[in-house]
Amino acid sequence: MDFPAYGDPESPASQHVSPYYIEKAIEDTAVPNLVTAVLADYRGYDTLFETAVIFTAGLACFILLRRFRREPPQFRLYRHLDTGVTLIIEQGGKEPTDSDEFRRIDSQWVPYDLIMQKAVGLVVPFLQLFALYVIAHGHHSPGGGFQGGVIFGATLILIAISNDLRSTTRRISETISSKLASTGVLIYAGTGALCLLLGANFLNYSQLSKLIHVSTVMARSHGILLIEIGVGLAVAAVMIWIYYNLVSAGRHDEGL
Amino acid sequence: MPDLLSLFLAKYNYWVVIFLMMIGLYAMMAKNNLVKKIIGMNIFQTAVILFYVSIATKHDASIPIIGHGHNGHHAIHAADYMNPLPHVLMLTAIVVSVATLGVALALAVKAYQQHDTLEEDEIIEQLKTDYLSQQ
Amino acid sequence: MIWQFDLIILTLVVISGIAAISIRDLLGASVLFGAYSFLMCLAWAAMGAVDVAFTEASVGAGVSTVFFVAAVFRTSRRSKD
Repeated sequence: MDFPAYGDPESPASQHVSPYYIEKAIEDTAVPNLVTAVLADYRGYDTLFETAVIFTAGLACFILLRRFRREPPQFRLYRHLDTGVTLIIEQGGKEPTDSDEFRRIDSQWVPYDLIMQKAVGLVVPFLQLFALYVIAHGHHSPGGGFQGGVIFGATLILIAISNDLRSTTRRISETISSKLASTGVLIYAGTGALCLLLGANFLNYSQLSKLIHVSTVMARSHGILLIEIGVGLAVAAVMIWIYYNLVSAGRHDEGL
Repeated sequence: MPDLLSLFLAKYNYWVVIFLMMIGLYAMMAKNNLVKKIIGMNIFQTAVILFYVSIATKHDASIPIIGHGHNGHHAIHAADYMNPLPHVLMLTAIVVSVATLGVALALAVKAYQQHDTLEEDEIIEQLKTDYLSQQ
Repeated sequence: MIWQFDLIILTLVVISGIAAISIRDLLGASVLFGAYSFLMCLAWAAMGAVDVAFTEASVGAGVSTVFFVAAVFRTSRRSKD
Protein backbone atom coordinates (compact mmCIF):
# COMPACT_ATOMS: atom_id res chain seq x y z
CA MET A 1 0.00 0.00 0.00
CA ASP A 2 2.99 2.27 0.17
CA PHE A 3 3.80 1.89 -3.49
CA PRO A 4 3.82 5.12 -5.48
CA ALA A 5 0.68 5.58 -7.55
CA TYR A 6 0.72 4.08 -11.00
CA GLY A 7 1.98 6.58 -13.56
CA ASP A 8 3.13 9.29 -11.21
CA PRO A 9 5.80 11.58 -12.72
CA GLU A 10 7.09 12.46 -9.26
CA SER A 11 7.70 8.87 -8.18
CA PRO A 12 11.20 8.14 -6.83
CA ALA A 13 12.14 6.03 -9.83
CA SER A 14 11.93 9.06 -12.10
CA GLN A 15 13.82 11.50 -9.96
CA HIS A 16 17.53 11.14 -9.66
CA VAL A 17 19.44 10.30 -12.83
CA SER A 18 16.80 9.75 -15.50
CA PRO A 19 15.79 13.43 -15.98
CA TYR A 20 19.44 14.05 -16.90
CA TYR A 21 19.30 11.23 -19.46
CA ILE A 22 16.07 12.48 -20.99
CA GLU A 23 17.12 16.10 -21.26
CA LYS A 24 20.73 15.78 -22.26
CA ALA A 25 20.85 12.73 -24.54
CA ILE A 26 20.29 14.65 -27.79
CA GLU A 27 22.93 17.25 -27.13
CA ASP A 28 25.44 14.71 -25.85
CA THR A 29 25.03 11.97 -28.43
CA ALA A 30 22.62 13.12 -31.21
CA VAL A 31 20.59 9.91 -30.91
CA PRO A 32 16.79 10.42 -30.61
CA ASN A 33 16.06 6.93 -29.31
CA LEU A 34 16.70 7.39 -25.60
CA VAL A 35 16.81 3.68 -24.81
CA THR A 36 19.58 3.03 -27.36
CA ALA A 37 21.54 6.04 -26.13
CA VAL A 38 21.39 4.95 -22.50
CA LEU A 39 22.02 1.28 -23.34
CA ALA A 40 25.03 1.76 -25.56
CA ASP A 41 26.61 4.95 -24.30
CA TYR A 42 25.75 5.86 -20.74
CA ARG A 43 25.51 2.23 -19.57
CA GLY A 44 27.76 0.61 -22.14
CA TYR A 45 29.67 -1.47 -19.61
CA ASP A 46 26.55 -3.48 -18.72
CA THR A 47 25.88 -4.20 -22.37
CA LEU A 48 29.42 -5.49 -22.87
CA PHE A 49 29.00 -8.07 -20.16
CA GLU A 50 25.53 -8.99 -21.35
CA THR A 51 27.03 -9.84 -24.74
CA ALA A 52 29.64 -11.90 -22.94
CA VAL A 53 26.83 -13.74 -21.08
CA ILE A 54 25.12 -14.62 -24.36
CA PHE A 55 28.37 -15.95 -25.76
CA THR A 56 28.96 -17.98 -22.59
CA ALA A 57 25.49 -19.51 -22.86
CA GLY A 58 26.23 -20.69 -26.40
CA LEU A 59 29.54 -22.09 -25.22
CA ALA A 60 27.86 -23.87 -22.29
CA CYS A 61 25.31 -25.57 -24.56
CA PHE A 62 28.14 -26.69 -26.81
CA ILE A 63 30.16 -28.13 -23.92
CA LEU A 64 27.14 -29.90 -22.39
CA LEU A 65 25.70 -31.55 -25.45
CA ARG A 66 28.17 -31.90 -28.26
CA ARG A 67 29.22 -35.39 -29.14
CA PHE A 68 31.73 -35.97 -31.85
CA ARG A 69 30.60 -39.25 -33.26
CA ARG A 70 33.07 -42.12 -33.33
CA GLU A 71 31.02 -44.85 -34.94
CA PRO A 72 28.41 -44.62 -37.74
CA PRO A 73 24.73 -45.29 -36.87
CA GLN A 74 22.98 -48.66 -36.95
CA PHE A 75 21.10 -48.13 -40.17
CA ARG A 76 20.37 -45.38 -42.64
CA LEU A 77 17.13 -44.76 -44.50
CA TYR A 78 17.01 -43.96 -48.18
CA ARG A 79 13.88 -43.12 -50.11
CA HIS A 80 13.33 -43.82 -53.80
CA LEU A 81 11.82 -40.66 -55.22
CA ASP A 82 9.64 -42.08 -57.99
CA THR A 83 7.94 -44.94 -56.24
CA GLY A 84 8.12 -43.83 -52.59
CA VAL A 85 9.80 -47.02 -51.41
CA THR A 86 12.06 -46.60 -48.37
CA LEU A 87 15.19 -48.71 -48.08
CA ILE A 88 16.80 -49.55 -44.75
CA ILE A 89 20.51 -50.10 -45.26
CA GLU A 90 22.32 -51.66 -42.32
CA GLN A 91 25.80 -50.78 -41.23
CA GLY A 92 28.39 -52.03 -43.68
CA GLY A 93 26.10 -52.04 -46.69
CA LYS A 94 26.64 -50.04 -49.82
CA GLU A 95 24.74 -46.75 -49.77
CA PRO A 96 23.53 -44.79 -52.84
CA THR A 97 25.09 -41.56 -51.67
CA ASP A 98 25.38 -39.51 -54.86
CA SER A 99 22.41 -40.79 -56.75
CA ASP A 100 19.60 -38.65 -58.13
CA GLU A 101 16.91 -41.17 -57.46
CA PHE A 102 17.51 -41.73 -53.78
CA ARG A 103 17.33 -39.20 -50.97
CA ARG A 104 18.44 -39.74 -47.41
CA ILE A 105 15.71 -39.16 -44.82
CA ASP A 106 15.86 -38.90 -41.05
CA SER A 107 15.06 -41.88 -38.86
CA GLN A 108 12.25 -40.04 -37.09
CA TRP A 109 10.66 -39.57 -40.51
CA VAL A 110 9.91 -35.89 -40.61
CA PRO A 111 8.22 -35.58 -44.03
CA TYR A 112 9.86 -33.62 -46.78
CA ASP A 113 7.85 -30.76 -48.25
CA LEU A 114 8.89 -29.06 -51.48
CA ILE A 115 6.43 -26.18 -51.15
CA MET A 116 7.71 -25.25 -47.71
CA GLN A 117 11.32 -25.34 -48.85
CA LYS A 118 10.78 -23.12 -51.89
CA ALA A 119 8.47 -20.68 -50.10
CA VAL A 120 10.95 -20.20 -47.27
CA GLY A 121 13.72 -19.75 -49.81
CA LEU A 122 11.77 -16.90 -51.39
CA VAL A 123 10.89 -15.13 -48.12
CA VAL A 124 14.17 -15.39 -46.18
CA PRO A 125 16.16 -12.67 -48.07
CA PHE A 126 13.49 -10.09 -47.20
CA LEU A 127 13.51 -11.14 -43.56
CA GLN A 128 17.28 -10.79 -43.41
CA LEU A 129 17.06 -7.36 -45.02
CA PHE A 130 14.52 -6.38 -42.37
CA ALA A 131 16.87 -7.60 -39.63
CA LEU A 132 19.72 -5.47 -41.02
CA TYR A 133 17.31 -2.51 -41.25
CA VAL A 134 16.41 -2.90 -37.57
CA ILE A 135 20.09 -2.89 -36.58
CA ALA A 136 20.91 0.14 -38.73
CA HIS A 137 17.91 2.22 -37.62
CA GLY A 138 18.36 1.69 -33.91
CA HIS A 139 19.07 5.39 -33.51
CA HIS A 140 15.74 6.71 -34.72
CA SER A 141 13.16 3.98 -34.16
CA PRO A 142 12.66 1.14 -31.69
CA GLY A 143 15.21 -1.52 -32.41
CA GLY A 144 18.93 -1.79 -32.12
CA GLY A 145 21.53 -4.49 -32.01
CA PHE A 146 19.75 -7.18 -30.00
CA GLN A 147 16.45 -7.15 -31.83
CA GLY A 148 18.06 -7.22 -35.28
CA GLY A 149 20.48 -9.93 -34.23
CA VAL A 150 17.71 -12.16 -32.88
CA ILE A 151 15.64 -11.73 -36.05
CA PHE A 152 18.67 -12.64 -38.17
CA GLY A 153 19.31 -15.72 -36.07
CA ALA A 154 15.65 -16.66 -36.41
CA THR A 155 15.94 -16.57 -40.20
CA LEU A 156 18.85 -19.00 -40.03
CA ILE A 157 16.77 -21.27 -37.78
CA LEU A 158 13.97 -21.06 -40.35
CA ILE A 159 16.33 -22.22 -43.08
CA ALA A 160 17.43 -25.11 -40.85
CA ILE A 161 13.83 -26.17 -40.19
CA SER A 162 12.61 -26.06 -43.78
CA ASN A 163 15.58 -27.81 -45.33
CA ASP A 164 17.02 -30.62 -43.32
CA LEU A 165 19.73 -30.09 -40.73
CA ARG A 166 22.61 -31.67 -42.59
CA SER A 167 22.46 -29.35 -45.61
CA THR A 168 22.29 -26.29 -43.35
CA THR A 169 25.25 -27.54 -41.33
CA ARG A 170 27.22 -27.86 -44.51
CA ARG A 171 26.48 -24.23 -45.42
CA ILE A 172 26.76 -22.53 -42.04
CA SER A 173 28.98 -24.87 -40.11
CA GLU A 174 29.38 -24.74 -36.36
CA THR A 175 32.98 -23.51 -36.68
CA ILE A 176 31.83 -20.43 -38.59
CA SER A 177 29.05 -19.57 -36.16
CA SER A 178 31.25 -19.92 -33.08
CA LYS A 179 33.94 -17.77 -34.65
CA LEU A 180 31.37 -15.12 -35.64
CA ALA A 181 30.05 -15.05 -32.08
CA SER A 182 33.49 -14.42 -30.62
CA THR A 183 34.16 -11.81 -33.35
CA GLY A 184 31.07 -9.92 -32.25
CA VAL A 185 32.25 -9.72 -28.65
CA LEU A 186 35.71 -8.77 -29.92
CA ILE A 187 34.29 -5.85 -31.97
CA TYR A 188 32.54 -4.51 -28.89
CA ALA A 189 35.52 -4.84 -26.55
CA GLY A 190 37.86 -3.70 -29.29
CA THR A 191 36.00 -0.43 -29.72
CA GLY A 192 36.31 0.16 -25.99
CA ALA A 193 40.00 -0.68 -26.02
CA LEU A 194 40.50 1.64 -29.01
CA CYS A 195 39.06 4.48 -26.98
CA LEU A 196 41.43 3.51 -24.18
CA LEU A 197 44.42 3.59 -26.52
CA LEU A 198 43.41 7.02 -27.82
CA GLY A 199 43.68 8.56 -24.42
CA ALA A 200 40.49 8.48 -22.33
CA ASN A 201 38.47 5.95 -20.31
CA PHE A 202 37.35 2.57 -21.59
CA LEU A 203 34.25 2.96 -23.79
CA ASN A 204 34.38 6.75 -23.95
CA TYR A 205 33.45 7.15 -27.60
CA SER A 206 34.18 10.85 -27.87
CA GLN A 207 37.85 9.93 -28.29
CA LEU A 208 37.01 8.36 -31.64
CA SER A 209 36.80 11.89 -33.05
CA LYS A 210 40.61 11.85 -33.15
CA LEU A 211 40.48 9.02 -35.69
CA ILE A 212 37.48 9.89 -37.84
CA HIS A 213 37.66 13.73 -37.68
CA VAL A 214 34.04 14.50 -36.88
CA SER A 215 32.72 16.41 -33.90
CA THR A 216 32.66 14.77 -30.48
CA VAL A 217 28.88 14.39 -30.53
CA MET A 218 28.84 12.60 -33.89
CA ALA A 219 31.76 10.41 -32.76
CA ARG A 220 29.60 9.12 -29.95
CA SER A 221 26.77 8.41 -32.37
CA HIS A 222 29.08 6.44 -34.66
CA GLY A 223 30.58 4.58 -31.71
CA ILE A 224 27.06 3.47 -30.73
CA LEU A 225 26.47 2.16 -34.27
CA LEU A 226 29.74 0.22 -34.20
CA ILE A 227 28.96 -1.61 -31.00
CA GLU A 228 25.39 -2.34 -32.14
CA ILE A 229 26.87 -4.14 -35.14
CA GLY A 230 29.10 -6.17 -32.83
CA VAL A 231 26.20 -7.10 -30.57
CA GLY A 232 23.95 -8.08 -33.50
CA LEU A 233 26.62 -10.33 -34.97
CA ALA A 234 27.25 -12.09 -31.66
CA VAL A 235 23.56 -12.66 -30.90
CA ALA A 236 22.72 -14.02 -34.38
CA ALA A 237 25.61 -16.49 -34.31
CA VAL A 238 24.78 -17.72 -30.80
CA MET A 239 21.10 -18.31 -31.67
CA ILE A 240 21.93 -20.68 -34.50
CA TRP A 241 24.70 -22.32 -32.45
CA ILE A 242 22.34 -23.14 -29.57
CA TYR A 243 19.71 -24.39 -32.03
CA TYR A 244 22.16 -26.78 -33.71
CA ASN A 245 23.19 -28.29 -30.39
CA LEU A 246 19.71 -28.47 -28.92
CA VAL A 247 17.71 -29.99 -31.77
CA SER A 248 20.09 -32.81 -32.59
CA ALA A 249 21.19 -33.44 -28.96
CA GLY A 250 24.74 -32.71 -29.97
CA ARG A 251 25.20 -35.08 -32.84
CA HIS A 252 24.38 -32.69 -35.73
CA ASP A 253 22.88 -35.33 -37.97
CA GLU A 254 19.10 -35.26 -37.68
CA GLY A 255 16.84 -32.46 -36.70
CA LEU A 256 13.34 -31.01 -36.80
CA MET B 1 -15.68 -2.15 0.71
CA PRO B 2 -15.63 0.39 -2.17
CA ASP B 3 -12.35 1.58 -0.69
CA LEU B 4 -10.86 -1.92 -1.10
CA LEU B 5 -12.08 -2.22 -4.68
CA SER B 6 -10.70 1.18 -5.72
CA LEU B 7 -7.44 0.33 -3.96
CA PHE B 8 -7.27 -2.88 -5.97
CA LEU B 9 -8.06 -1.24 -9.28
CA ALA B 10 -5.72 1.71 -8.85
CA LYS B 11 -2.67 -0.54 -8.55
CA TYR B 12 -3.85 -3.41 -10.68
CA ASN B 13 -0.46 -3.90 -12.29
CA TYR B 14 1.24 -4.67 -9.01
CA TRP B 15 -1.37 -7.24 -8.01
CA VAL B 16 -0.91 -9.01 -11.34
CA VAL B 17 2.86 -8.99 -10.82
CA ILE B 18 2.52 -10.66 -7.42
CA PHE B 19 0.07 -13.20 -8.82
CA LEU B 20 2.33 -14.14 -11.72
CA MET B 21 5.34 -14.44 -9.44
CA MET B 22 3.46 -16.87 -7.24
CA ILE B 23 2.34 -18.91 -10.25
CA GLY B 24 5.95 -19.12 -11.45
CA LEU B 25 7.22 -20.07 -7.99
CA TYR B 26 4.56 -22.77 -7.61
CA ALA B 27 5.52 -24.25 -10.99
CA MET B 28 9.20 -24.27 -10.09
CA MET B 29 8.71 -25.95 -6.72
CA ALA B 30 5.73 -28.24 -6.95
CA LYS B 31 5.66 -29.65 -10.45
CA ASN B 32 7.55 -32.87 -11.11
CA ASN B 33 8.34 -32.48 -14.77
CA LEU B 34 11.57 -30.67 -15.63
CA VAL B 35 10.16 -28.76 -18.61
CA LYS B 36 7.29 -27.43 -16.48
CA LYS B 37 9.84 -26.14 -13.99
CA ILE B 38 11.64 -24.31 -16.78
CA ILE B 39 8.36 -22.74 -17.95
CA GLY B 40 7.76 -21.60 -14.37
CA MET B 41 11.19 -20.00 -14.25
CA ASN B 42 10.42 -18.00 -17.37
CA ILE B 43 7.03 -16.89 -16.05
CA PHE B 44 8.79 -15.61 -12.93
CA GLN B 45 11.31 -13.68 -15.00
CA THR B 46 8.70 -11.97 -17.17
CA ALA B 47 6.69 -11.03 -14.07
CA VAL B 48 9.71 -9.19 -12.64
CA ILE B 49 10.19 -7.42 -15.98
CA LEU B 50 6.51 -6.36 -15.90
CA PHE B 51 7.08 -4.85 -12.46
CA TYR B 52 9.99 -2.70 -13.60
CA VAL B 53 8.24 -1.56 -16.76
CA SER B 54 5.14 -0.49 -14.83
CA ILE B 55 7.32 1.60 -12.52
CA ALA B 56 8.63 3.52 -15.49
CA THR B 57 5.28 4.78 -16.79
CA LYS B 58 4.04 8.33 -16.47
CA HIS B 59 0.58 9.71 -17.15
CA ASP B 60 0.24 11.67 -20.43
CA ALA B 61 3.82 10.99 -21.44
CA SER B 62 4.97 9.71 -24.79
CA ILE B 63 7.34 6.86 -25.65
CA PRO B 64 11.04 7.52 -24.96
CA ILE B 65 11.94 8.53 -28.51
CA ILE B 66 12.41 12.24 -29.12
CA GLY B 67 10.61 13.42 -32.26
CA HIS B 68 12.18 15.34 -35.10
CA GLY B 69 10.90 18.77 -34.17
CA HIS B 70 12.80 18.88 -30.93
CA ASN B 71 16.39 18.64 -32.13
CA GLY B 72 17.85 21.47 -30.13
CA HIS B 73 14.99 23.92 -30.72
CA HIS B 74 12.80 23.56 -27.64
CA ALA B 75 13.85 22.52 -24.21
CA ILE B 76 13.01 18.93 -23.44
CA HIS B 77 10.99 18.45 -20.26
CA ALA B 78 11.55 15.25 -18.37
CA ALA B 79 7.86 14.93 -17.55
CA ASP B 80 6.91 14.56 -21.22
CA TYR B 81 8.76 11.33 -21.85
CA MET B 82 8.67 7.99 -20.15
CA ASN B 83 11.57 6.99 -17.96
CA PRO B 84 14.06 5.12 -20.17
CA LEU B 85 16.25 3.68 -17.44
CA PRO B 86 14.12 0.67 -16.39
CA HIS B 87 13.57 -0.14 -20.08
CA VAL B 88 17.33 -0.43 -20.55
CA LEU B 89 17.78 -2.71 -17.56
CA MET B 90 14.92 -4.91 -18.71
CA LEU B 91 16.39 -5.28 -22.19
CA THR B 92 19.41 -6.87 -20.57
CA ALA B 93 17.14 -9.04 -18.43
CA ILE B 94 15.21 -10.41 -21.41
CA VAL B 95 18.38 -11.35 -23.28
CA VAL B 96 19.84 -13.01 -20.20
CA SER B 97 16.60 -14.95 -19.74
CA VAL B 98 16.83 -16.44 -23.21
CA ALA B 99 20.44 -17.42 -22.59
CA THR B 100 19.46 -19.12 -19.34
CA LEU B 101 16.59 -20.87 -21.14
CA GLY B 102 19.02 -22.33 -23.68
CA VAL B 103 21.32 -23.73 -21.00
CA ALA B 104 18.41 -25.06 -18.89
CA LEU B 105 16.94 -26.94 -21.87
CA ALA B 106 20.39 -28.37 -22.67
CA LEU B 107 20.57 -29.69 -19.10
CA ALA B 108 17.08 -31.22 -19.42
CA VAL B 109 18.02 -33.02 -22.66
CA LYS B 110 21.19 -34.32 -20.99
CA ALA B 111 19.22 -35.57 -17.98
CA TYR B 112 16.81 -37.36 -20.31
CA GLN B 113 19.71 -39.04 -22.07
CA GLN B 114 21.04 -40.36 -18.76
CA HIS B 115 17.84 -41.45 -17.03
CA ASP B 116 15.31 -41.89 -19.86
CA THR B 117 12.64 -39.90 -18.04
CA LEU B 118 11.87 -36.27 -17.30
CA GLU B 119 9.98 -36.70 -14.02
CA GLU B 120 11.89 -35.60 -10.98
CA ASP B 121 10.72 -38.31 -8.54
CA GLU B 122 11.69 -41.11 -10.93
CA ILE B 123 15.12 -39.57 -11.39
CA ILE B 124 15.60 -39.41 -7.62
CA GLU B 125 14.56 -43.09 -7.31
CA GLN B 126 17.10 -44.09 -9.93
CA LEU B 127 19.83 -42.12 -8.24
CA LYS B 128 19.00 -43.72 -4.89
CA THR B 129 19.14 -47.26 -6.27
CA ASP B 130 22.40 -46.49 -8.06
CA TYR B 131 23.91 -45.15 -4.86
CA LEU B 132 22.71 -48.09 -2.78
CA SER B 133 23.95 -50.64 -5.29
CA GLN B 134 27.39 -49.12 -5.18
CA GLN B 135 27.75 -49.53 -1.40
CA MET C 1 -2.33 4.34 -21.57
CA ILE C 2 -5.97 3.37 -21.56
CA TRP C 3 -6.45 1.47 -18.35
CA GLN C 4 -9.29 -0.74 -19.53
CA PHE C 5 -7.06 -2.06 -22.28
CA ASP C 6 -4.32 -2.85 -19.78
CA LEU C 7 -6.80 -4.62 -17.54
CA ILE C 8 -8.07 -6.95 -20.26
CA ILE C 9 -4.60 -7.82 -21.54
CA LEU C 10 -3.24 -8.52 -18.06
CA THR C 11 -6.20 -10.77 -17.24
CA LEU C 12 -5.51 -12.76 -20.42
CA VAL C 13 -1.84 -12.96 -19.40
CA VAL C 14 -2.73 -14.52 -16.07
CA ILE C 15 -5.11 -17.01 -17.70
CA SER C 16 -2.55 -18.16 -20.26
CA GLY C 17 0.13 -18.40 -17.58
CA ILE C 18 -2.03 -20.73 -15.48
CA ALA C 19 -2.91 -22.76 -18.58
CA ALA C 20 0.73 -23.12 -19.65
CA ILE C 21 1.71 -24.91 -16.48
CA SER C 22 -1.40 -27.07 -16.10
CA ILE C 23 -1.57 -28.71 -19.47
CA ARG C 24 -0.13 -32.22 -19.70
CA ASP C 25 1.01 -32.30 -23.30
CA LEU C 26 4.42 -30.63 -23.37
CA LEU C 27 4.09 -29.46 -26.96
CA GLY C 28 0.86 -27.66 -26.04
CA ALA C 29 2.60 -26.16 -23.02
CA SER C 30 5.33 -24.68 -25.23
CA VAL C 31 2.78 -23.22 -27.65
CA LEU C 32 0.83 -21.71 -24.74
CA PHE C 33 4.10 -20.30 -23.44
CA GLY C 34 4.56 -18.60 -26.80
CA ALA C 35 1.06 -17.11 -26.48
CA TYR C 36 1.83 -15.91 -22.93
CA SER C 37 5.00 -14.27 -24.16
CA PHE C 38 3.19 -12.52 -26.99
CA LEU C 39 0.46 -11.20 -24.69
CA MET C 40 3.15 -9.81 -22.37
CA CYS C 41 4.66 -8.04 -25.38
CA LEU C 42 1.26 -6.44 -26.09
CA ALA C 43 0.93 -5.35 -22.44
CA TRP C 44 4.30 -3.64 -22.52
CA ALA C 45 3.58 -1.95 -25.82
CA ALA C 46 0.33 -0.63 -24.33
CA MET C 47 2.34 0.77 -21.41
CA GLY C 48 4.72 2.59 -23.72
CA ALA C 49 7.83 0.41 -23.51
CA VAL C 50 8.31 -0.11 -27.24
CA ASP C 51 11.91 -1.34 -27.19
CA VAL C 52 11.17 -3.90 -24.51
CA ALA C 53 8.07 -5.06 -26.44
CA PHE C 54 10.08 -5.44 -29.67
CA THR C 55 12.71 -7.52 -27.89
CA GLU C 56 10.16 -9.73 -26.18
CA ALA C 57 8.28 -10.28 -29.45
CA SER C 58 11.39 -11.45 -31.28
CA VAL C 59 12.93 -13.36 -28.36
CA GLY C 60 9.99 -14.73 -26.44
CA ALA C 61 7.45 -15.43 -29.11
CA GLY C 62 10.07 -16.41 -31.67
CA VAL C 63 13.29 -18.04 -30.63
CA SER C 64 12.25 -19.18 -27.17
CA THR C 65 9.27 -21.19 -28.44
CA VAL C 66 11.51 -22.84 -31.07
CA PHE C 67 13.97 -23.87 -28.36
CA PHE C 68 11.17 -25.43 -26.31
CA VAL C 69 9.82 -27.35 -29.30
CA ALA C 70 13.33 -28.57 -30.15
CA ALA C 71 13.88 -29.79 -26.59
CA VAL C 72 10.48 -31.54 -26.49
CA PHE C 73 11.36 -33.20 -29.81
CA ARG C 74 14.45 -34.73 -28.21
CA THR C 75 12.74 -35.82 -24.98
CA SER C 76 9.29 -37.20 -24.35
CA ARG C 77 6.11 -35.37 -25.18
CA ARG C 78 3.85 -36.60 -22.40
CA SER C 79 4.25 -35.54 -18.81
CA LYS C 80 2.74 -37.24 -15.82
CA ASP C 81 1.49 -34.21 -13.98
